[in-house]
Amino acid sequence: MRARGRVFKYGDDIDTDVIIPARYLNVSSGEELAKYCMIDIDSDFVNKIKAGDIMVAGKNFGCGSSREHAPLSIKYAGISCIIAESFARIFYRNAINIGMPILESREASLDIEDSDEIEVDFSLGIIKNITKNCEYQAQGFPKFIEEIMKADGLVKQTRMNLSSNDKGK
Amino acid sequence: MGMTMTQKILADHAGRKCVEAGELIKVKLDIVMGNDITTAVAIPEFNNTGASEVFDKEKVVIVLDHFTPNKDIKAAEQCKGCREFAYEKDIVHFYDVGDVGIEHVILPEKGIVAPGEVIIGADSHTCTYGALGAFSTGIGSTDMAVGMATGEAWFKVPSAIKFNLKGSLSKHVSGKDVILHIIGMIGVDGALYQSMEFTGDGIKSLSMDDRFTIANMAIEAGAKNGIFPFDEQTKDYIDIHSTKPYKIYEADEDAHYEKIYDINLSSIRPTIAFPHLPENTVTIDEADEIEIDQVVIGSCTNGRLSDMKITADILRGKKVNKRVRTIIIPGSQKVYLECIKAGYAEDFINAGAIFSMPTCGPCLGGHMGILASKERCISTTNRNFVGRMGHVESEVYLASPAVAAASAIAGKLIDPAKLKEA
Repeated sequence: MRARGRVFKYGDDIDTDVIIPARYLNVSSGEELAKYCMIDIDSDFVNKIKAGDIMVAGKNFGCGSSREHAPLSIKYAGISCIIAESFARIFYRNAINIGMPILESREASLDIEDSDEIEVDFSLGIIKNITKNCEYQAQGFPKFIEEIMKADGLVKQTRMNLSSNDKGK
Repeated sequence: MGMTMTQKILADHAGRKCVEAGELIKVKLDIVMGNDITTAVAIPEFNNTGASEVFDKEKVVIVLDHFTPNKDIKAAEQCKGCREFAYEKDIVHFYDVGDVGIEHVILPEKGIVAPGEVIIGADSHTCTYGALGAFSTGIGSTDMAVGMATGEAWFKVPSAIKFNLKGSLSKHVSGKDVILHIIGMIGVDGALYQSMEFTGDGIKSLSMDDRFTIANMAIEAGAKNGIFPFDEQTKDYIDIHSTKPYKIYEADEDAHYEKIYDINLSSIRPTIAFPHLPENTVTIDEADEIEIDQVVIGSCTNGRLSDMKITADILRGKKVNKRVRTIIIPGSQKVYLECIKAGYAEDFINAGAIFSMPTCGPCLGGHMGILASKERCISTTNRNFVGRMGHVESEVYLASPAVAAASAIAGKLIDPAKLKEA
C-alpha cells in the first residue's frame, strides 16, 4: 500500500475542534463533514486539497474530543495519509478503526515542509521526500493493528469474524 | 513485576493473570456508552457489523445530552435516529429529554457504573468514572459500534504515571484547581497513552465530586484513563447510588510507574487555564484581571451538586455584573431538583443568572451560550481550544466554580477571596 501527494503541514496539538467544529456535528455523513474539514485553522483547506494529498503535523495530533467525525472528515476530504510526531490516543484508534492510514515519525514531522511532495510505503514504514530527495523511517504497526488496517477497518473485520462464528455454529 | 491498578482491571477483563504495558489485548466490556452525536455515527457502523441485537441490553447506555432539547432540524433528525435505535434494540439505559442529564454526571448518579468495571464511552470525558476505581476511557463511534455488537474492545495496555497527593485543599480551592494545576505541570500530552493513577493520604480529603472532576480531565493531559483507589468515601457513594455487584482492585506494591509526582494539595491555589490550551495555566495570584462577557458554570466537569453549592454560596444576596451573561447548568435532573430544594435556584435567579435544564450545550459550542468574535468567557468546562465555544476569535478561560462565580459578580477574572462583602 502506497500513497503519494503534496503536503499540508500543521503544528503541535491540532485539536478535533479545529479539525471539525461542533457546529457541524449535527450531521454524520463523511461526505458532508468533509466540506468543513480544518475550517477553523485553515479555512481554504477544502478548496486547496487534491485527492491523495498528505497531512503532516507535530505532536499530539487530534487531541480533544472523541468525535470520529474528525478522522472521517479528513478521510473524505481526500487525504491519503496523516504523518505526525505523535497522535492523541482516541484519534489514533479512531483512524485505525476507520482504516485511515496514519504514521508516527518525529524525523519526518520535523523535516517535511508545507507543499513538499512525498511518497509513503505503509508496509515498510518508509516516507520518501521527493522535493528534498531524502527518506525517513516511521514506526510500523504491530501485527494486531495491521490486521485491522488490512481488513479496511474494525467494522469489516468484526463482520468477517461474526459471520465466520455463525458458520461455525 | 507488579501491575498498576489499571493493568489489574484490564488483565482480569482479558481473562489473563497478568498483562504488561505495551501489549495489545481484547477485553470484555461492562458498559458501552454513547451520546447523540457519537451514537449517530455508531448506528450505521453497528448495522455494518452484521449484528442484529446488541450484546447485552443492560450494558449499552445511550444518553441524548449534547444537542438536546433538539437545537436545530439536523440535530433533531440525528436524535430521532438514536431514539429509534434505542427503542428498536430495547436499550434499558436510554436517557432522553425528561430524565436525561450530562452522561458523566448521570452514569455514576444512577448507579450504572461501578468500581472495578471496564467502561468505554464514545465521548472523550468517559474517563470520569475512574473516580470510582473503574477503568473507564473514551473511544470513538466505531469502537462503540463494535462494542455494542461483541461486548469487547481492543486496547494497548497503558503504562502509568503516579500522582501522590498529600495534605488537603484550602478555602476556595477544589478538584478543578488540582487537575488544572497538574495539566499545567505535565502538558496536554504529558500522559499520552498512559494511565494517571492518583494515590496518597491527600485523597481522603477529596470529595467524590472533586474526584469526578479530576478524573474527568485526565484526557486533557492526553491520558487513556485517570483512576482513584477505592476507599470509605467510594464505598459510601456506591452504597447510596448503586446496587450492582463490584470488585475492588489495588495497584501492586511493586507496580512500575514511568514517573511519580508528589503534590501537596495544601499549596494549590485557584488555577485558571488561559486560551487556547488547558495547559496554559496560571494561578489567580499571577493572572491579569481579564474583563469578561460570559460565565458558564456546569458541564460534565463541574455540574454536580457541590459545584452548584459553591456557586450559590458566592452568588447569594449579590448581583452578577450587568455585562456578564451568567449561565448556570446543572448536570442532571436530580442536581436540578436538589438546587431548587436547597434554595440555590433562587440564589442564582435573584443574582441575575440564568439557570436551565441539564445539557452539554455551550461547553462544545453547541447551543445555549455561543460566543461572538472577541468575546471572553470564564467557564467551568474542560476545553479552551480555538473556537471551542463559538467564534474562532472568542476566548475561553477554564476555572473552578468559585472563580467563575466570583468573576461573574466582579465582571472580570478575580480571586473569590477578594470579592467584597455586599
